Amino acid sequence: MEALWLSLKLAACVAAILLAIGMPVAYWLAYSSWRGKFLLESVVALPLVLPPTVLGFYALVAMGPRGPLGKFWIALFGHGLAFTFGGLILASVLYSFPFAVQPLVASFEGVDRRLLDASAVLGAGTLRTFWRIILPLSLPGVVTAAVLSFAHTLGEFGVVLMVGGNLAGVTRTVSIDIYDHVQSLEYGAANRMALVLLVISFVVLSVVYAVNRRVWTPWTAK
Amino acid sequence: MARGKINLCMWLGVLPLVLSVFLVAHAARAQGKEIRIAAAADLKFAMEKLSEQFEKQMGTKVNVVYGSSGNFFSQMQNGAPFDLFFSADIAYPRKLEATGLAEPGTLYEYAIGRIVIWTPTGTKVDVARQGWKALLDASVEKIAIANPKHAPYGRAAVAALQKAGIYEQVKPKLVYGENISQAAQFAQSGNAQAGIVALSLAISPSMRDGRRWEIPAEMHPALEQGAIVLKDAKNKDAGRAFLDFVKSATGRAVLAKFGFEFPEKKEEEK
Repeated sequence: MEALWLSLKLAACVAAILLAIGMPVAYWLAYSSWRGKFLLESVVALPLVLPPTVLGFYALVAMGPRGPLGKFWIALFGHGLAFTFGGLILASVLYSFPFAVQPLVASFEGVDRRLLDASAVLGAGTLRTFWRIILPLSLPGVVTAAVLSFAHTLGEFGVVLMVGGNLAGVTRTVSIDIYDHVQSLEYGAANRMALVLLVISFVVLSVVYAVNRRVWTPWTAK
Repeated sequence: MARGKINLCMWLGVLPLVLSVFLVAHAARAQGKEIRIAAAADLKFAMEKLSEQFEKQMGTKVNVVYGSSGNFFSQMQNGAPFDLFFSADIAYPRKLEATGLAEPGTLYEYAIGRIVIWTPTGTKVDVARQGWKALLDASVEKIAIANPKHAPYGRAAVAALQKAGIYEQVKPKLVYGENISQAAQFAQSGNAQAGIVALSLAISPSMRDGRRWEIPAEMHPALEQGAIVLKDAKNKDAGRAFLDFVKSATGRAVLAKFGFEFPEKKEEEK
């Protein structure tokens, strides 16, 4: 249960951070008219196609005392990033990045341009337009982004395996715990945890699809 | 109708072709042209040398997959298609034999594993001189070992730390690799300032530049390593031939070169 709690905590942190970073990135991707935009789009989508081993390997080397990130972190805090909860958050943010940014971009792009023009004509600044027009109209996308990055982090395995070090209460997430049980031939315990994760994942995904189909719209104050 | 005929003709033409390809491929394997071996991660470098020499001698192609012994064991219980299994812990092939998944009488204890404390170049302590004390140094913040829950080398590391009487002190520093290779990789990348790894990995080319201290063999239960030919092996004769090669003087010389010891030698010492 400690592992499950850790995973939920990690997923919540990562989802919050991804929303904060993802929104400006998504805004730029949705509205910029720079011709080289496709390059950044490709970078954002990279974690979708790269195997976790590649991300995990780069993360491990970068976090090491000879890596750029490791050097910076050690100078700042006096200890390395690998095998810490902070290190896991960083790796997971990278890993789940497209799952937050892509739904945001899609919903920002879906906002009617005429509304934005009207807002500008009426004297609202970029930030005000974002808060008052874009964000409210993109709420399903925001919910999807938050829930998907949460769920994706919850199910993350390869990256955590490569940089975590399997520490109880710090980096032993539920997927690692299940793997450990299987490795130790404790199929019963593995089965119980796997079932819990299956149910949580199903519920979380149901929320996303319900929201997208407007079966259930929690935010419309009628 | 015409279309049906064309299809029939096509099948009559293609089917034998497909079948013959399968048969040839199958025959190649059955004739001892190829064997598939599951080997514990600590064997990585020794096994490369062994299979290279075996291929040269017998003309049989050797495919080796490296991983954790426990993982292979559960895969084999579910019918993984290997001919031979080299485990870091003889208990796994013993269990395979007991459950009838292995060829009776082929179990062979091919080596005894040794463990070392290994430190990467950046670590400040001199483990070769200080031995156990090096692990207690404040500059050693993390110590990588294999997961004792399912990796034989991890169990040996924990036993040795307990025997040395420092387990409780260093326990907060321990980080766990999925197998012995990953523990080595944690230390080699410098993320852990020390690791307790297999001697066979510590003397490999990529880790030779670090410092190491050999943990005395009597500090932990012997890492008895066992190999066995599997019951479902496509290629039992070639599997047995490879095992014989490992038993031969040439094979043992390779294993010895990579830091493995042998059960007989231990008995001589007694």
